[in-house]
Amino acid sequence: MSKLIFNRRGILKVGAAGGVALAAPMHFVKGAFAEDMSCNMPTGDTVTLGFNVPQSGPYADEGADELRAYQLAVKHLNGEGDGGMMNTFTSKALKGNGILGKKVAYVTGDTQTKSDAARDSAKRMIEKEGAVMITGGSSSGVAVAVQGLCQEMGIIFMAGLTHSNDTTGKDKKRYGFRHFFNAYQSGVALGPVLKEEYGTDRRAYHLTADYTWGWTQEESIKNTTEALGWETVATVRTPVGAGDYSQYITPVLNSGADVLILNHYGKDMVNSLTQAIQFGLKDKQVNGKNFEIIVPLFSRLMAKGAGDNIKGILGTTNWNWSLDDDASQAFVKSFGAEYGAPPSQAAHTCYVQTLLYADACERAGTFFAPKVIEALEDFEFDGMGNGPTLYRGADHQCMKSALVVKGNENKQSEYDLLKVVKVVDRETLTYDPAIFGGDLGPSDAKKC
Amino acid sequence: MDAIIIQILNGLDKGAAYALIALGLTLVFGTLGVVNFAHGALFMLGAFCAVTFNKIITWPIQPPKAEGQLFAPPAKPWFEYAFGDLGASIINWSVPISILLAIPVMLLIGLAMERGLIRHFYKRAHADQILVTFGLAIVLQEIVKKFFGANPLPQNAPAMFNGTADIASWFGLTDMFIVYPWWRLIYFLFSLLVIGAVFAFLQFTTYGMVVRAGMRDRETVGLLGINIERRFTVVFGIASVVAGLAGVMYTPILPPDYHLGMDFLVLSFVVVVVGGMGSLPGAVLAGFLLGILQSFASMNEVKGILPGIDQIIIYLVAVTILLTMPRGLMGRKGVMED
Amino acid sequence: MFGNLSRNDWLLVLGFAIVVLVSPWTLTPFGAGYPALLQKFCIFGIFAMGFNILFGLTGYLSFGHAAFLGVGSYAAVWSFKLFTMNVIPAVIFGVLFAGIFAVVIGFVSLRRSGIYFSILTLAFAQMSYNLAYSVLTPITNGETGLQLTLQDPRIIDNAFITPGEGLPQTDLFGIPMNGYPGFYFCAVALIICFFLTLRIFRSPFGMMLRAIKSNQNRMRYTGFNTRPYLLTAFIISGMYAGLAGSLMAVTDPLAGAERMQWTASGEVVLMTILGGVGTLIGPILGAGVIKYFENIFSSFNDRILEQLFSFLPDAAREVAVWFTGLFVGEGWHLTLGVVFMLIVIFLPGGIMEGLQRIYNRLGGGSGPGAGAPDTAAAQPAE
Repeated sequence: MSKLIFNRRGILKVGAAGGVALAAPMHFVKGAFAEDMSCNMPTGDTVTLGFNVPQSGPYADEGADELRAYQLAVKHLNGEGDGGMMNTFTSKALKGNGILGKKVAYVTGDTQTKSDAARDSAKRMIEKEGAVMITGGSSSGVAVAVQGLCQEMGIIFMAGLTHSNDTTGKDKKRYGFRHFFNAYQSGVALGPVLKEEYGTDRRAYHLTADYTWGWTQEESIKNTTEALGWETVATVRTPVGAGDYSQYITPVLNSGADVLILNHYGKDMVNSLTQAIQFGLKDKQVNGKNFEIIVPLFSRLMAKGAGDNIKGILGTTNWNWSLDDDASQAFVKSFGAEYGAPPSQAAHTCYVQTLLYADACERAGTFFAPKVIEALEDFEFDGMGNGPTLYRGADHQCMKSALVVKGNENKQSEYDLLKVVKVVDRETLTYDPAIFGGDLGPSDAKKC
Repeated sequence: MDAIIIQILNGLDKGAAYALIALGLTLVFGTLGVVNFAHGALFMLGAFCAVTFNKIITWPIQPPKAEGQLFAPPAKPWFEYAFGDLGASIINWSVPISILLAIPVMLLIGLAMERGLIRHFYKRAHADQILVTFGLAIVLQEIVKKFFGANPLPQNAPAMFNGTADIASWFGLTDMFIVYPWWRLIYFLFSLLVIGAVFAFLQFTTYGMVVRAGMRDRETVGLLGINIERRFTVVFGIASVVAGLAGVMYTPILPPDYHLGMDFLVLSFVVVVVGGMGSLPGAVLAGFLLGILQSFASMNEVKGILPGIDQIIIYLVAVTILLTMPRGLMGRKGVMED
Repeated sequence: MFGNLSRNDWLLVLGFAIVVLVSPWTLTPFGAGYPALLQKFCIFGIFAMGFNILFGLTGYLSFGHAAFLGVGSYAAVWSFKLFTMNVIPAVIFGVLFAGIFAVVIGFVSLRRSGIYFSILTLAFAQMSYNLAYSVLTPITNGETGLQLTLQDPRIIDNAFITPGEGLPQTDLFGIPMNGYPGFYFCAVALIICFFLTLRIFRSPFGMMLRAIKSNQNRMRYTGFNTRPYLLTAFIISGMYAGLAGSLMAVTDPLAGAERMQWTASGEVVLMTILGGVGTLIGPILGAGVIKYFENIFSSFNDRILEQLFSFLPDAAREVAVWFTGLFVGEGWHLTLGVVFMLIVIFLPGGIMEGLQRIYNRLGGGSGPGAGAPDTAAAQPAE
């Protein structure tokens, strides 16, 4: 059974001694405050990681791909398989004998892409199954919610796919780390390409998913395009999961806009893009220019759902399997040999996050959370598919390159859906962490 | 002005889908008195009939992997291999053609459902009916998920229906810009056709007349020595086919996934209740009404005044109608009130 | 109105309290002995029990009960943010706001009955959910859910103590409300609610509600105005939901909009019917079973299954893993669906009816046993 400890503040606050008596099961209190103990530090010969991915709901396929990546990472950490990106990773702390000599085991949970459910399953993995680290997720709402929980429980959270500025902005946490890029960086990356391809005299119409991620992306893209000299005709909020978006697309026809920007992700993106193309937007001529559609955040799995409609459409991704650097190729080869299909960007991020955590433990020489956090903060590395990368200490956001991609017009294989237009380098994408505010909070160890 | 006309068109087009789904739902309720929460799942199964048909005829034949390539080049569907141009055009027309598959399949599913499950729930409480059909809906969608995955599977309309129709020019209105996608217009016409066929069947055939009589007073019809049970089974089959057809033709508009049925379930119930439980014309009317209202509520001008109105309009209308017209638009007295 | 409990009833409350309080020990062998899940058992037990007061006694099927749960959560989290981390005010606010919300929705919805009532409640709940998710984000924090932040005013706490580093925890006069103390807090709430429910069941008021269920028209013809009774039942039931919602916030101070979605309302209906409509203990059992499934079954993955079937030869193991894999892990919804169908088809009275049947078969005679005093009596046909 689990343990219970009063935090320092709680003890200070105990005014009524009777209150203490109420906390009857004192025998749950195990051990004393040791300086180097944090929540769920492994004591046996295995270390348990918690993989919290959507297994049901709209992102189930993405979750399945994330899980595949985690399983592959666990294999590589334990010294099975060909080692994947462990061979290209510049830090050589990992030896293929687990983490700190302990064999890596894992538990899984279903986030259902709901904040509540995700926190429940994270809690289960922490309280019951003794996970020392939680990772995964494929939406920003879930990432922010689970990150908050992990901060409270003193468990490190290595975020999976989350693109909102808030995750490492106003909601950033000391215990939360994000490898994935964000909406702001998408905007910065897209800007020059948009200028080059579509010019500076454009009128943009935004359809935006009506929740926090949608809003931050709309804002970031709007700032970028307006800086190019584009005019924003309208920004329309659409409900999440509406299915049929035609009633939001019809007003675009007569609005005088010549660019449609879809700030949707997942199923919503598949639906709205399919329908926009049905309404003939891509064949339209407005103001003497070809009408264009932009999807700022792309994913290969979603591109697959949109079928041929994705052809020629610009967007950004964190990573794509067609990259030809050694690290990406090693990963694709290893993943492809295992599962018969190339990994998605979500899989890549999840794989990298697992390796980074393991590596940080090795370098810190302990699982003690504050020390691991220290090892991750301002960690500079390469060989993980995105070029030289910095895990920035100020906001726990990875500073690295990102890709501008285009829906592939003539694909070489079933998976060859996105064509890399430009690799935007890290310097361009680096920004001042102060612009999003937020506060990391303390890193003091918690007992759980 | 142009914008308003397009929005009306859009409302009719959305309403067509609502009306089709609600029609089958209310048909089952009106005849059998069963609240069928699995109706959305039938819609979803219809859509997956199209997916399955497409999968079968486009079963890929893999060209050999070239040297040094990690993943093989795109495969070619075997229909194209086997039948050349004819095969290609069948693939092109796969969505409408899969109606031929969907009708028998959905009929069988409907009959099996009625015989195997629904029949035993005629005399049970509505809550039990809701629960058992809800359970069935979950089972059906999870099975579909197991086979087809959770991602949406895009289906293409025949190439000649891609793009938009210039409606303004049909009426010689050269100064207006009114275009609408061909396939959505076809969906609208198709729904009118199906609705018309169902009404004609009930109105002009003796079989339909007996069913209608059964809807009014089941016992008396039974006493007349007519096997009303069997006819009701057939009605359930028809409802299932209607839902299936609505699903098949909807696939090019909305790439189907396993959750499609649940997405439409709540909405279709609202439509049925607004129309009046058990009233077929009510369901159709309410479907189009809600479609048009939703379309208008989504306009930027309206949202500017009432933010968020597009997200709640359907429910707002439902509440208003139920409070002012206790039995919906065209409901009869005494249905579902105890 | 109250004060009519028999000795057996008191024993029942006592027995129930003991079972609940020792559950951390008894449930450990089943893999359910950890605080987060135990808290869920209590919270959803309260939710389902409250729902049963409306549905089980009056037969009015609300499809929007999750809205009250959500309101309770939001109110509680706001209490943490604005005033104090102490859970007592949070719970009071949660119950209060849910109650007010229930007055409004109940007053309107109860003008209709049957499925029209269901759709009205559904419509209100969906409106609340949709707005909470998007337009009302300043109040609800939308998709992410309302969370504590370092910038919260917390005027009462801050007046007495200087805040420590990091986010504070919810507490009851100094005892932090996570882990096992949180469970015991919920457990006490559950026991109190159970006691109140028992009294309602045994009171003339409860009798009146049952009369409404069996024949409302007859009640009306005798010149009896049923609506105030229905509204009272609706509000009580809404307040139970609000309590459940605020307890969710107490054990985990985050309120997400999804808990107001119609599927969440559907879940409580399923719990109640699974356990046994109109019975005292049934809904709590139903809630426990569903939450257990959700937590335990969804955590199974192929690796665990491989270990489970490791005694089998390779080929057989693969088949066994594949087949069980359909029902656990990502397939646990399928299990849920199948179980529901089976229960509704073969055991319309839910788990309680099943227990009753077993009890009868074991020679327990025809009278209801002490552990299941209400099963047979409160299960009239529609």
